[in-house]
Amino acid sequence: MSSTDTIIIGGGHNGLICATLLAKAGQKVVLVEAADTLGGLARDREFHPGFKASVAQTLYALPTSVIKALDLEQQGFIPSKETLTTTALSLTEPPITLAGARIVGACPTDAAAFANYKQQLATFSKALAPFWSKTMPRIGATGFQDLLTFGHLGLNMRTLGKADMLEFFRVATLPMRDLVDEHFSGESLKAALCWDGILGSQLAPRSPNQGVLTLLNRMAGQWEGEHSVPAGGMATFIGALIKAATAAGVTMRTGAPVKQITISGSEQGQRCSGVALENGEVLTSERVISSADPKTTFLNLVGPRHLEIEFSNRIRRLRSKGYVAKLHLALSGLPKFSGLDTPSGRLILAPSMDTIEFAWDAAKYGEIPDQPVMDVCLPTLTTPGDAPAGQHILSANVMYIPGELKEGWTDAARDNLTAQLITQLEDYAPGIKALVLGSELLTPEDLQQQFRVSGGHWHHIEPAIDQLLMMRPTYEAAQYATPIEGLYLCGSGSHPAGDISGNPGRNAAREILS
Amino acid sequence: MSNPDILRENTADPYAGERLKLSHFHERQAALNLRDAWSSWNGFKFADYYYDVDYEYFCIRNTCGTYDICPMQKYLIEGPDALAMLDRMVTRDLNKLRINRVTYVAWCNDSGRMIDDGTIFRLDESKFLLTCGSPCLAWLRKSALGFDQLSVIEHTEALAALSLQGPTSFAVLKAMGLEAAGSLKPFDIGHYPFAEGEIMISRTGFTGDLGYELWVEPNLALTLWDHLYEAGANYGIQPYGEAATNMARLEAGFIMPYMEFNEALKTVNFEYDQTPLELDLAWLVDFKKPHFNGRRALLEQHKSGPKMLLTKLNIEGNKPAEEALLYSDRACNNEIGYVTSAMWSPSVKANIALAMIDVDALSGEIWTEIYYQKELRHHRKVARCTVQKKAFWGPERARTTPPSLT
Repeated sequence: MSSTDTIIIGGGHNGLICATLLAKAGQKVVLVEAADTLGGLARDREFHPGFKASVAQTLYALPTSVIKALDLEQQGFIPSKETLTTTALSLTEPPITLAGARIVGACPTDAAAFANYKQQLATFSKALAPFWSKTMPRIGATGFQDLLTFGHLGLNMRTLGKADMLEFFRVATLPMRDLVDEHFSGESLKAALCWDGILGSQLAPRSPNQGVLTLLNRMAGQWEGEHSVPAGGMATFIGALIKAATAAGVTMRTGAPVKQITISGSEQGQRCSGVALENGEVLTSERVISSADPKTTFLNLVGPRHLEIEFSNRIRRLRSKGYVAKLHLALSGLPKFSGLDTPSGRLILAPSMDTIEFAWDAAKYGEIPDQPVMDVCLPTLTTPGDAPAGQHILSANVMYIPGELKEGWTDAARDNLTAQLITQLEDYAPGIKALVLGSELLTPEDLQQQFRVSGGHWHHIEPAIDQLLMMRPTYEAAQYATPIEGLYLCGSGSHPAGDISGNPGRNAAREILS
Repeated sequence: MSNPDILRENTADPYAGERLKLSHFHERQAALNLRDAWSSWNGFKFADYYYDVDYEYFCIRNTCGTYDICPMQKYLIEGPDALAMLDRMVTRDLNKLRINRVTYVAWCNDSGRMIDDGTIFRLDESKFLLTCGSPCLAWLRKSALGFDQLSVIEHTEALAALSLQGPTSFAVLKAMGLEAAGSLKPFDIGHYPFAEGEIMISRTGFTGDLGYELWVEPNLALTLWDHLYEAGANYGIQPYGEAATNMARLEAGFIMPYMEFNEALKTVNFEYDQTPLELDLAWLVDFKKPHFNGRRALLEQHKSGPKMLLTKLNIEGNKPAEEALLYSDRACNNEIGYVTSAMWSPSVKANIALAMIDVDALSGEIWTEIYYQKELRHHRKVARCTVQKKAFWGPERARTTPPSLT
């Protein structure tokens, strides 16, 4: 009845990966993307004449298996040979730079503790790693595959050895603060070590249930959680995904927002029959895979009337408020950060865990923090072509900025925050203000509107323990299939979660092909 | 609209919020409650019986009686999405429900476990009245997610409702000047001028006999009562309470919450609630509908067949098998189910029961172990049970139109 086997909604990295893997397996795949360009939050955009950047500024969670499965290296993706250093900046302490297991600038006791800390986390991360690339077992299921996955997890835990296994269970749901407090004393170091456990989430160092797990998930990527920028910039990653999709025969349509996932009903029940685009065009297919976030997919595109009551209310209640704003600055020259020769790698502008916590306290009540915390990167140090010669881009993840600002987001509110952030940067990099040629601030509300992500949440839904593993996004939709026959999920709202890992897209494709 | 304050006995009372609410008919019912036998239903003071359970039961079967349904929960669901929302919620096909008709429905959670049963009145193209035994506003609100052109209004206290049941019920209506209601077929709704307003009459009830439910604005409640009791004086009219209702409904084979089924949303133990299929309500489940809540789970159970089934039993002897267990052998070694409701039926002259029984055991012998007391001494009796297909009680007069006067 229809010549398309599969329609993929959304051309972010997960949609592209899922589409490519299905096309490589022989399916006829059409991918529809609402925006005019592919790549989602990782797509390249000119934010100031001559200056290009993407919301996603580094790669860290991408597993080698995804790169291999799509032959991305053949398509021009050159993973960076070197990872980025992470530097903890403080106005009162000297910078501390981390690179793998190396640490420079910390006090001797912290420096001595660091290698052991990294080693232990790496052990835990390796034990968990296989689960990020597996379909989670169904709760209550007794099928062979489900039991095998449970068994595998149990075995991996057991092979950690008794002491490490017990320690793993102790720390897995600790707040980040408790974990780093056990090992370190330096305030800025502890703040920087918290960072990758909380980045992009609704929680802060003191919040339990999530930070350490998120960190371990991120450490399962290609470089054990170290960040990197591929040669040629983030754009080359998306470019390679598009080339891989093209080579596999995926039909990609941009500027084609989906209005509705169409559901047909008969005495046999309901099933997904395709999509209706906002322009009125109807595409039919026996299978639709959505990389849109779960709330958008179920509540807007399917509609609760086609779902069950408890299920649709669970989707409604999913926590999906984003608290990261993106700041891009177009700079006329390279800024000079106090204490650093070159502002290379990632700079964490969070003097202490309390600073982070206080920033979150303000944001959760809808206010802009007095002192936001930032993760700053100058991508033009590795990809100078993104800005005119000799000029630079500063890209910052700013936390915590509420999507629902108490007084509402206005141009004036955006301008005020931009000015506040530049002033704050000026403290760390005197003279930077004079270099600013242009700027762009994307609040979580802007991310929601421009990238169609509910709440502007990086990970579509909060990666907390109640929304992870076989609960992601919620039970009855946690194995990529949904209660609607023919409809699947493949986005960040599915196991194992967000970041640019490609795991949800790859796992969904494998589940569908199995 | 009703003023909740007038429903309470004494608003100056510091315990006013704790006390039971009073029905719109309370004044008249209290005067007739000779035994002060009050219990409660949904926070309303409610008569268990008024004078004598057996007497009230015989009024239902031989003359007529009134039963207060003010505490029954009522919701108005109105708007262009009302039909679609309710149709997705309940297991029956509501598109078949015509205006001024009533239908008996059940609704389930996602797992197909029954939350409650009730009736839906189609008052207009997009206006429905839902009635049920327990409050379900929270579930209605959840069910309304995604249906934006819709209002769900708590309507319980905005209506005064009385059930008039028994063979002389129509004769009483006729004597009141409501002879026009004689054209109502079972599950029909009619609207008639009454006093200075209007009365809605539905040919519905919970006794399995000829009967009507009468609906007026609260300000007409006592007028309605007085007209009924004046007209009914020669037709044996008598208020009846919960106890007589429970007898009548069991004879009719109707299920009761907390007897035959445990409401799914209030059930703690896994699968201690029931599905409509287990409750022998498969006729309420329309799998031809592409979607309704619980359909997928119910379809799965339909394909494999439910493990237990609510079954009507005739039991030898005359000792009610209340709370008894069922066995496949006289020695009572192999347990196969349990009795949910049981009574000696005066009208059928039989020892009847509703019971949940393992489907596999239905074709074999069924025995029950009955405990009963005689002047403080406890006795045990093992009695043979036989499965009955038809309702225990279902007289022709419950169905004929125009209805008989006796």
